Amino acid sequence: MATARLCAETGVSQPAPILTIAVERGFGSVVEGEALVSEEGFSPRYDLDRWSGLITKPGHKLEGETIKDRVCFFPTAKGGIAAGWAFNDIRAKGIAPKAFIFGVTNPVMVQGAILAGIPITEGWSPDPAGLLRTGDWVRVDPERRVIEVLRRGGEA
Amino acid sequence: MILTADEKAMLKGAEGESVRRALHYQLQVGQFFGAQRMVPITNAHMMGDIEVLGDAGLAFLEEMRILGARARIPITTNARCIDFDWAERLGQDAGECAKERKVIATLQAMDIMTTDTCINYQTLYQPHLGERVAWGDTGTCIYANSVFGARTNFESGPAALAASVTGRVPDYGYQLDRHRRGTFLVDASRATLADLADWGAMGRLVGEHRQNYYAVPVITGISRAPLADELKHLGCALASYGSMAMFHMPGVTPEAPNVEAACGGTVPRGQPLVVDDAAIEAVYRGYPTGDGAARLVVFSGPQLSLFEIRQLAAMFDGRRVASGSSVFLTSGNGVLSAARKLGYLKPLEEAGVAVLEGVCFYILQNLSQMREANGWRTLVSNSAKIVNIIGAHRFHTVLRRTAICVEVACTGRLPEHAA
Repeated sequence: MATARLCAETGVSQPAPILTIAVERGFGSVVEGEALVSEEGFSPRYDLDRWSGLITKPGHKLEGETIKDRVCFFPTAKGGIAAGWAFNDIRAKGIAPKAFIFGVTNPVMVQGAILAGIPITEGWSPDPAGLLRTGDWVRVDPERRVIEVLRRGGEA
Repeated sequence: MILTADEKAMLKGAEGESVRRALHYQLQVGQFFGAQRMVPITNAHMMGDIEVLGDAGLAFLEEMRILGARARIPITTNARCIDFDWAERLGQDAGECAKERKVIATLQAMDIMTTDTCINYQTLYQPHLGERVAWGDTGTCIYANSVFGARTNFESGPAALAASVTGRVPDYGYQLDRHRRGTFLVDASRATLADLADWGAMGRLVGEHRQNYYAVPVITGISRAPLADELKHLGCALASYGSMAMFHMPGVTPEAPNVEAACGGTVPRGQPLVVDDAAIEAVYRGYPTGDGAARLVVFSGPQLSLFEIRQLAAMFDGRRVASGSSVFLTSGNGVLSAARKLGYLKPLEEAGVAVLEGVCFYILQNLSQMREANGWRTLVSNSAKIVNIIGAHRFHTVLRRTAICVEVACTGRLPEHAA
């Protein structure tokens, strides 16, 4: 089983991560949250109801899921210039995710996340597809360029 | 990042708090992408309307205005979400209309030119080869990079605003030579590309093939000189489906005298992506037509040029939009003023087409509620971009060629196989 280690910030003993994913670039502070893992790209304009936080594009692989308070993993960015303002808007409405994790992103997502103060990363190794599931609990550390999977969904 | 003496002074507040904040924000973005420096720009184009800004965005703009933010280079605005002459008829929210007026006044107070068009590249400003700009609306970016050979990244609202306040942008992405080279080949030699929708369909096929901001298709085999509107629909679709910011077309676009040059000397190996008539027909067939009822036809996203409006005016002349159907066309003030003067709007309005100014259909304030109130389900358009981008509003969308769109508008029926 995982060995324990001392968390630098809190001094609380925490289990070692189940899986560590390296990222290439990052912005923002350390956050923890439940993963929302998408096989499909993302745009707040194309896919998201920006009043509820639900993904509403018909046929999107995450249709009906909320992004609120989750660490959102998307392989790509779609479109779109809207994210520049939209992320700040959804943060103010209280429906922002904890972080955006992209395989490949575009500048709009980064400009929007930085304006809103939402952590964002780009590039991943290994690819979380197949290794990470929606519901897993993860910690994102943009400065250290790592994402750690702390426990699987359904575990206490 | 290496900063000039001026930039260091800006960061210390020598030019005021708004300039300091704008540059600080730009440096954070630049650092994310590994930019080494800032580079001066000549022109900016920004998106800023209440539908996407929300109250938080409006508060941000007001704060920047109070802090003394002023554009130091010309900056124009993209299409917005309300045409005030139509707001009541469309059931748009009076409170949001009032906020939109406040947005416009706030932008103008910062010396931002509220032109309200997403086709600035056709109507307002045409940068030259190598000119650095900060444009937002992805359709404007891909046109600037590809057709003009100008240099811009996707600069969203706050980024374009910051660029206008500091007069510069971080030097990364499409500002750099190394990202402007073609990364894969497309063979379009067996595509007829007779209608604007065909160009959009090609953009969809190429964009979906490589959904990546840094993918740069080199489109070969185009047998005639493409028109600006055709390149507009191609570019908008590439940006929409592929998040792409640049394409080359050897013999057409300025950084592509030939395939080798477009690719920076080394032609990518592997088979080119073939886009032919069969592939384009398959795109049209891929949209389910349901029970055939189609009560909404939209000519928008991107706004129409004078040439597109002239063509539609001829097609709608003497016809009527079907009872119970809605048809929208949107463009900017300059184009619509000219279209009115030339008599192109009369046959459209007599046919029952709603001509909206300064907006784009997919960003209309209250669009989801409008859809429900009107019972709209299926949206038919000749724009590949709009049938993609409007998804979050739960429309069932269908791409069709322009003549079929006019037919659907006048009959309320979507023929099953005709594209």
